[in-house]
Amino acid sequence: MNADKMLDAKGLACPIPIVKTKKAMDGLESGQVLEIHATDKGAKNDLAAWAKSGGHELLKSEEENDVLKFWIKKG
Amino acid sequence: MTEKKTTNIILFSGDYDKAMAAYIIANGAAAYDHEVTIFHTFWGLNALRKDEHIPVKKGFMEKMFGKMMPRGSDKMGLSSMNFAGFGPKMIKGVMKKHNVMPLPQLIEMAQEQDIKLVACTMTMDLLGLQKEELLDNIEYAGVAAYLADAEDGNVNLFI
Repeated sequence: MNADKMLDAKGLACPIPIVKTKKAMDGLESGQVLEIHATDKGAKNDLAAWAKSGGHELLKSEEENDVLKFWIKKG
Repeated sequence: MTEKKTTNIILFSGDYDKAMAAYIIANGAAAYDHEVTIFHTFWGLNALRKDEHIPVKKGFMEKMFGKMMPRGSDKMGLSSMNFAGFGPKMIKGVMKKHNVMPLPQLIEMAQEQDIKLVACTMTMDLLGLQKEELLDNIEYAGVAAYLADAEDGNVNLFI
């Protein structure tokens, strides 16, 4: 999936991934897609909840070798 | 644009672990685009103390309090398993291993995220803490200012 920006949050613990995601999202225009890689097990629920609350759309998420990948479209 | 939601946390505790929880929630709430305020009272004020000795004029009791309380967030003890200071050393080692941000950096991040840090002036007087001894760029207020923020708040916590 194509992304406009990529955020590597691997190895970072709560609350850093969500804080970095917010910062990265602030730099995007509405409709653009942010790709996030994380290893924090809570990231799946955290990012899904965060995207919903902020009016963004979680397009896709997948797990690959313990790395969680997310694509979020800015609302 | 709708009005921003707010998160209001009272940090009463001077324990390292409890203060960490407060600052993790606060930083998360800021990422949720909330307006966030942490109101520090009683032992929670120690999280705002600068780590160096600041020469200010104090009475005997105030000097004693100043010596007995932790000078800054990094010197705070744990609420459980403190073991006379050995506990914090242990947990800081484990935190490093798991890439968890230590409390002083969480406070720094809170300031970067424009979280409003407030010191309760009444308890500052009680414990003999003066503005010069606390971090820069914080606010000073009392119960009314906290209530004004909290009455329309969405998340309200007492830690």
